[in-house]
Amino acid sequence: MNTHAAETMEKKFVQDAPNSFEFNNENLKKVKTVLARYPKDRKASAIMPLFDLAQRQCGGWLPEVAIEYVAEYLGMPHIRAYEVASFYTMYNTTPVGKYHIQVCGTTPCMLSGSDDIVRVCEDQLGINLGETTDDGLFTLSEVECLGVCVNAPMIQVNDEYYTDLNPDIMSQLIKKLTNNQEVEPESQIGRKGSAPLTGPTTLTKGNS
Amino acid sequence: MPKLTIDNIEIEVPEGTTVLQAAESIGKEIPVFCYHPRLSIAGNCRMCLVDVERSPKPVASCSMPVAEGMVVHTDNERAKKARNGVLEFLLINHPLDCPICDQGGECDLQDLSMAYGKDCSRYTDFNKRAVSEQYLGPLIKTAMTRCIHCTRCVRFSTEIAGISEMGATGRGEHMEIGTYITKAVASELSGNMIDICPVGALLSKPYSFRGRPWELSNTQSIDVMDAVGSAVRIGSRGREVMRILPRLNEQVNEEWIADKARFSYDGLKSQRLDRPYVRSKGGKLNEATWEEAFDVIAKKISKLDPSTLAALAGDQADCEAMVALMDLMEKLGSPHLDCRQDGSKLEAGPRASYTFNTSIAGIENADYCLIIGSNPRWEAPLINARIRKNYLATGLKVALLAPEVELGYPIDYLGNTPDTLDKILDGSHLVAKKLKAAKTPMLILGQGALSRSDGKAVWALCAEIAEKYGLIHDGKGTPGEHWNGFNILHTAASRVGGLDMGFVPGKNGLGTLDILKKAEDGGIALVYLLGADELDTSKLKDAFVIYQGHHGDKAAQVADVILPGAAYTEKSATYVNTEGRVQRVLQAVATPGEAKEDWKIVRALSEKLDLTLPYNTLDQVRARLVEVNPLFDERDMLQRSAWKSFGRKGKVKSAPFVPIVENYYMTDPISRNSPTMANCTREILGWGQPEGRSGTDG
Repeated sequence: MNTHAAETMEKKFVQDAPNSFEFNNENLKKVKTVLARYPKDRKASAIMPLFDLAQRQCGGWLPEVAIEYVAEYLGMPHIRAYEVASFYTMYNTTPVGKYHIQVCGTTPCMLSGSDDIVRVCEDQLGINLGETTDDGLFTLSEVECLGVCVNAPMIQVNDEYYTDLNPDIMSQLIKKLTNNQEVEPESQIGRKGSAPLTGPTTLTKGNS
Repeated sequence: MPKLTIDNIEIEVPEGTTVLQAAESIGKEIPVFCYHPRLSIAGNCRMCLVDVERSPKPVASCSMPVAEGMVVHTDNERAKKARNGVLEFLLINHPLDCPICDQGGECDLQDLSMAYGKDCSRYTDFNKRAVSEQYLGPLIKTAMTRCIHCTRCVRFSTEIAGISEMGATGRGEHMEIGTYITKAVASELSGNMIDICPVGALLSKPYSFRGRPWELSNTQSIDVMDAVGSAVRIGSRGREVMRILPRLNEQVNEEWIADKARFSYDGLKSQRLDRPYVRSKGGKLNEATWEEAFDVIAKKISKLDPSTLAALAGDQADCEAMVALMDLMEKLGSPHLDCRQDGSKLEAGPRASYTFNTSIAGIENADYCLIIGSNPRWEAPLINARIRKNYLATGLKVALLAPEVELGYPIDYLGNTPDTLDKILDGSHLVAKKLKAAKTPMLILGQGALSRSDGKAVWALCAEIAEKYGLIHDGKGTPGEHWNGFNILHTAASRVGGLDMGFVPGKNGLGTLDILKKAEDGGIALVYLLGADELDTSKLKDAFVIYQGHHGDKAAQVADVILPGAAYTEKSATYVNTEGRVQRVLQAVATPGEAKEDWKIVRALSEKLDLTLPYNTLDQVRARLVEVNPLFDERDMLQRSAWKSFGRKGKVKSAPFVPIVENYYMTDPISRNSPTMANCTREILGWGQPEGRSGTDG
């Protein structure tokens, strides 16, 4: 089950939520570029990139003050902004750990064994979906399709995709992340992009 | 205009019509949940699916525009099957608690389940989802588990009510409807959300678990809590008013009513005057019979000079009672009578000078609006909703010269200095240019500006502005060019009727403020109050006060004789709304105890005084009304009144306008005695327990 949305709905009281939010200078420059993409009377369209900037500035999550700040920045009612923030799983309305593991659970991944991936994560990290480890290192959540079904099952950790997983690889991945080791993103079995698993199947002959 | 075929009927409809509207125009009913003709189209319930030939999938008819040559089947096997599927999905999570749900019997989901539902569920292995309740204030009770996410309430609050507080958060199965932060919905139209909710998710809190729709007898009536005259349906059981719902009247309230009209009915059950009372020598009010009460009055009047008698009609007095009292005063020989208890300076002159000439529906044709000394959101929420409707449709520019308020649409705030009107008239103010440039400008003059001591000057000045800047194109040119943008916004349901019949001081007669002043120094010895409560009653201490009304409210406390009358739900009577529309309320329930219809009381008293009024039946009183003013014969229709210059010049003072309605939820004896309205005052306005001062204290 996707507990993310359920959690945001409860609007849990977050203990270390900041009291105020404002874009820093660096982000204000970026905001300017983003706003330039939309007509002046349609600036509400910029809400999603602005949320992204705000989330990065807040360390991976969007506190209520940031949602309200962005809403006012764009001249929108608070509720309209909150609707957006609660709709998309890419916005976290509660704090997340250093590594936010988002397991895709949509049909192709599910058929390729995403349930096992979730189980490995839960067992190894000792948390359930939607929870954060006590050391603040990992948050585990299930998300909808992230668009790399060919390489299913897959996860997203922060900004990177890790694909072609199986329980063993997943377990190794968590260990490496825990030990702060570098992990190469994308396919974990050395496949290039979505090339066929069995090697090239077309254009096999001809000039090289 | 595209031609299309719907269920083998060929029709031609204007471009941009939706398939659903086209089907409805030929009488084909398509089931809907999220579609509402007065709201934007969401297209998210999928109940309106129809089969369109050559379309790979069924089509949501509410959001599909018609196209040339379309062949639509609204009721074939494919369409029905699609709807069966939609309904089955909706019922996965909808609880089966119809027996304990207040919506039962008038629920769209219940009705459509009968038409399209299966007799059993295929989702027996799943638990239905449960959703925690929302707090939406003292008027709306929620059962969010029943919500089917049609988003009608979200669209209503954003579009019609103009408050962006409700929204849909989360996604998919976790989507929930609610407010951003838990607080009461701060709109005077919030009760309409209960009506538009197609299921039992939003319910009336005061009515909860009180009755079933099939137990109620319905009376088609008119609301008198403000001067809009909204069409309402009074649902009653036995002697009790159970609830009040809106009735469709495109010209007035469309299909909405304000919260005070809908929820103040519980005030009809407390503090009622159900028998006559007479004050004893010791100062105590004692129960009396009608005979005794009339005897006391007759004895008192026989001892008094006619010029020391006065009569005041309150804000909810009906025309029949007023005309009877007016006739009685004439027979008694007193010219001191007034229906303007707030001291308004309007006169019973040309009708166009004291009515809302543009008409409520006409607001939609305005292209500029200047509001003076009024807060339409509190004085007439439905007129405010019309202004907002025009703002949404055409971007109407509104300027406000009054205490600053949030009206639900952008305003050009002109401050609150009445002498700005002088500048507008001499052309030096920016608004003058805008009025001149506008084709159909309108101004709304509120009672806050008219009940001041310089009300007459404000009134005349506004009329001059109207004449100078072309707010009135009257009678000239083609009829289509007729436009009268001079509008008086009344707050009292009785006022226009009173002015129409001339319930104003006669020759050498005194108006409200003078009557009160003279009552204090002894010049007036007897005051007959016909439901007039919103007065400075402390000035009536030395006068002999007859109070005829339905509530033991402010004025009854200083009364020497109390004659129990009927509230608007208990009589058949005539009211004229702020536009000048003559409408009738109908009796829904019996009067409590020994209370009587108001005109009958006056008629009975006249007999006791040997001044018998010449009418014995309601029809005869109404014939008398028509005799006084033929307009009373033109029911439910608007009579265009010709513009005549009026008024006299005077200096407008610079003192700022003060709001005439201080507390929307408590303006009259009924709403002041309503526990629901008291809750609203506390929870929505955030005020402490109100006491003493009322909304219409000027």
